[in-house]
Amino acid sequence: MKRFFDAELETFRSDLLRMGEVAVRQVRDALQALVTGDIKLAEQVIAADDELDELEKRIDTEAIRYMNLRSPIATELRLVIVGMKASHDLERVGDEATSIAKRAIRLAAEPPLKPYVDIPRMTNTAIEMLCAALDCFIHADNEKAIAVVKRDKEVDAINKQLYRELSSYMVEQPGTITRALELMFISKSVERIADHATNIAEEMVFLSDAQDIRHDEALKKAGKAG
Amino acid sequence: MDSTATASVPRSRPLATPPASSAGAERGATLIDIKDLDFYYGAKQALFDINLQIPDKRVTAFIGPSGCGKSTLLRCLNRMNDLIDGTSVKRGAIKIRNVDIYGRDVDPIELRKRVGMVFQKSNPFPKSIYENITYGLRIQGVKNKTRLDEVVEKSLRGAALWDEVKDRLHESGLGLSGGQQQRLCIARTIAVEPEVILMDEPCSALDPIATAKVEELIHELKKQFTIIIVTHSMQQAARCSDQTAFFYMGKLIEFDATHNIFMNPKNPQTEAYVSGRFG
Repeated sequence: MKRFFDAELETFRSDLLRMGEVAVRQVRDALQALVTGDIKLAEQVIAADDELDELEKRIDTEAIRYMNLRSPIATELRLVIVGMKASHDLERVGDEATSIAKRAIRLAAEPPLKPYVDIPRMTNTAIEMLCAALDCFIHADNEKAIAVVKRDKEVDAINKQLYRELSSYMVEQPGTITRALELMFISKSVERIADHATNIAEEMVFLSDAQDIRHDEALKKAGKAG
Repeated sequence: MDSTATASVPRSRPLATPPASSAGAERGATLIDIKDLDFYYGAKQALFDINLQIPDKRVTAFIGPSGCGKSTLLRCLNRMNDLIDGTSVKRGAIKIRNVDIYGRDVDPIELRKRVGMVFQKSNPFPKSIYENITYGLRIQGVKNKTRLDEVVEKSLRGAALWDEVKDRLHESGLGLSGGQQQRLCIARTIAVEPEVILMDEPCSALDPIATAKVEELIHELKKQFTIIIVTHSMQQAARCSDQTAFFYMGKLIEFDATHNIFMNPKNPQTEAYVSGRFG
């Protein structure tokens, strides 16, 4: 039976998907701007963050209104709760992309410290994780969501490796400190993006069957360390 | 087994262990065990193969669309259906503390003392508040004024009505507001110290404030009584009950902790009903 307010949930769903789409594009563009030194693209990433902020606020408003007026139960209740949490994660993904874009602009003014290999690798993994987590929003798939959680270790491992490598640069060649620090922060941003993708994947499992898999150390340890 | 055949069985023994001696029973242990129950109104089957264990001193909600059999099952629990011609339990059993309530030696009147009922529409007797509460005890032969006074105060306090009516106990119960009348009926029910209180949509005719008072009362009463409530309000079932049974077309579709029914029901029909998609 269709209800007169079902359209509100459809809007809520499509706003969340739109947020996911924008957040993924932001991360891709930020990486592209870094690797190619494209300042214009980096500026576009920074400017587009406003859309994510607006979408987050809109989703919160829709969720609060829906809970207040429609008393959602079961799947709908989980959808509204998960929607609010996932939109917060996606907004933070946008913030991290903005941070990467700002650093990309500063790095573009200097010669590259080293060829960009690890950062694109870890960023592409984080993007794949984000896309997979968002796919689970469209097609509930707990196995796929759990696979995302397990992949978080891969990104963590690259981040640690980069940290060690960049620390050596700084010790050996103090002139690289500024660039190495920028890259360290970029690596940390990507690691956080993967964390947000992990959160979203965990939220999708809760949406699918009310199971809370957060902070499941056994699950996280089961992931490959890259 | 045909319930109409047992309606006139003489009162031979108490239905079950009275509450005083059941104080040590484990809270949450099965009190009412419904097994393979088929129930008929004449030739029409109203309940199909119901299996349900209702725990002691908990609130159990029966939900489902109109005509799903929830009120029928409720009325089976104190054999109120016996009063309707042609009704019969054709298969299965309902046991309260291991006593088959449709057994040949069970007296329905005795049963209804142990399993009290509160109806959708409050139905105080056209008598004083005091007489409403003492009516059941007087029928049982209690005449001691001190004892009756004690029961009146205890029952009205138990029904959260004492403070509102203590100065007008001898005025008509019909002069109370709708919410007060419903609480008076609850007080009248608990005056005879039942083990189980059946509530058939007890708040459907009440305003939100009176509803909140009855719900608060249900929360208090479950410390002493096992409560089964039929309600059409999903929010009320969610707020008041510990476990919820969903019925559809005479069948028990799902029975689980209320949190599970409202957060993650296993059956798609339950999900559709609690979300207001049918019913």
